Amino acid sequence: MRTMIQRYTARERSNHWVVAIAFILAGLSGLALFHPAFFFLTSLFGGGPWDRILHPFIGVVMFLSFIAMAARFWRFNRFTPADRQWMKRIGDVICNRDQGLPELGKYNAGQKYLFWTMVMSIPALLLSGIVIWQPWFAHYFPIWLLRVAVIIHALAAWIMILGIIVHVYAAIWVKGTVRAMTRGTVSEAWAKHHHRAWYREMTGK
Amino acid sequence: MALQSLDIKARSATTTQPPSARNPVHVAKLIDISKCIGCKACQAACMEWNDLRDEVGTNVGIYDNPRDLSDQSWTVMRFSEVEVEQGRLEWLIRKDGCMHCEDPGCLKACPSPGAIVQYANGIVDFHEEHCIGCGYCLTGCPFNIPRISKKDSKAYKCTLCSDRVAVGLEPACIKTCPTGALVFGSKEDMIHHAEGRIADLKERGYAKAALYNPQGVGGTHVMYVLQHGDQPELYANLPKDPSISPLVSLWKGVTKPLMSLGIGLAVFAGLFHYVTAGPKEVEEEETD
Repeated sequence: MRTMIQRYTARERSNHWVVAIAFILAGLSGLALFHPAFFFLTSLFGGGPWDRILHPFIGVVMFLSFIAMAARFWRFNRFTPADRQWMKRIGDVICNRDQGLPELGKYNAGQKYLFWTMVMSIPALLLSGIVIWQPWFAHYFPIWLLRVAVIIHALAAWIMILGIIVHVYAAIWVKGTVRAMTRGTVSEAWAKHHHRAWYREMTGK
Repeated sequence: MALQSLDIKARSATTTQPPSARNPVHVAKLIDISKCIGCKACQAACMEWNDLRDEVGTNVGIYDNPRDLSDQSWTVMRFSEVEVEQGRLEWLIRKDGCMHCEDPGCLKACPSPGAIVQYANGIVDFHEEHCIGCGYCLTGCPFNIPRISKKDSKAYKCTLCSDRVAVGLEPACIKTCPTGALVFGSKEDMIHHAEGRIADLKERGYAKAALYNPQGVGGTHVMYVLQHGDQPELYANLPKDPSISPLVSLWKGVTKPLMSLGIGLAVFAGLFHYVTAGPKEVEEEETD
């Protein structure tokens, strides 16, 4: 029988999925207004006006739940010298040549980059979003600021969407990862292979 | 306000060509500020034809009333007391409202298909039933014209009485102007008419009299005859060289198609990585 190691608690998993669902809904309703090619997505939210009404509230849910998640995972995402070694071999990592990679803690450098990308882009989305939030807040701001905010909002959203595409793909690519966020556990072999320092810490081996 | 027509030149959030079989004459409204007496009959006519009633405001010591454009006031008189030369006070009265740009920034910024259209005759019109209330048109407009209604969250502005023009009538404001400061016709005729007015003004000592038809927005279908054509800012901050903000052009230009492409490529990169490099699997019996 495989031995499993607890990676995420039930609270952490719930928190992650609240962020994820909010991201998907905010992403789809936002893309709908991003380019005419995606305008049909407004149908998922009850039409154009409903899309515009709901999007910012979903965004606020995403921001608040992300802040809670970021606070939980902050300390695991500080860069270490091992991350630099690992990044030097990113080509090998991508080509599945994992032999001799440095021992890593709970997260690898790619995961840490994603974390910090989200830490930057989600507050940027919130702040720029408040500036253009009709009809509640936009009228408090001058038009030049609205122009700056729409650009920042689109850019931050784009960076975030690309980051999440990488995040989701990495979870599909690295087998045994998804269950960490669905069941909360990973196999010992998985932990030993991908995050050996964390494995030692958890098991004392 | 909506008046369906086949004669549409541009349509918001639409990447294919709108119906353009017919090619009617370009229209324009000419506002001769040197003839305006500030009677506000045009404001009243606009309210009457479009069935709008703004709130009765309060006197704040100036003639401007209503103080600003709103969903209920699509045109307002802006009164500027300026001393162009020492000791020579001039009362410059500008009828403010949509300029009906040939290159409309509101239409460029709008994300909702068909909420903003530009008719082939040059009129830029909002179709409020397609408006989603996002306020992007505010960012696109170089003249600060569209207003979002507090009641229904839709954007409103002057339609140049597109409903009247479509059936061969002149806009309501033109119909009512008692001094002939407002005239309406083909853009070509209006430019010609303005030339006559400018020559007259120059004779009367306004050496810098000029037509305001800013090329930064491709020209406008509402034009002014300005006594001080070199200083449009005198007229309640009429912009000297208006154009769509480069931020809006960047945001609505090539950036978004390229960004959309980037998102698509990222997804395909994942797919092809999976089918070539394959998944990262761990042997369960892996030993140290």
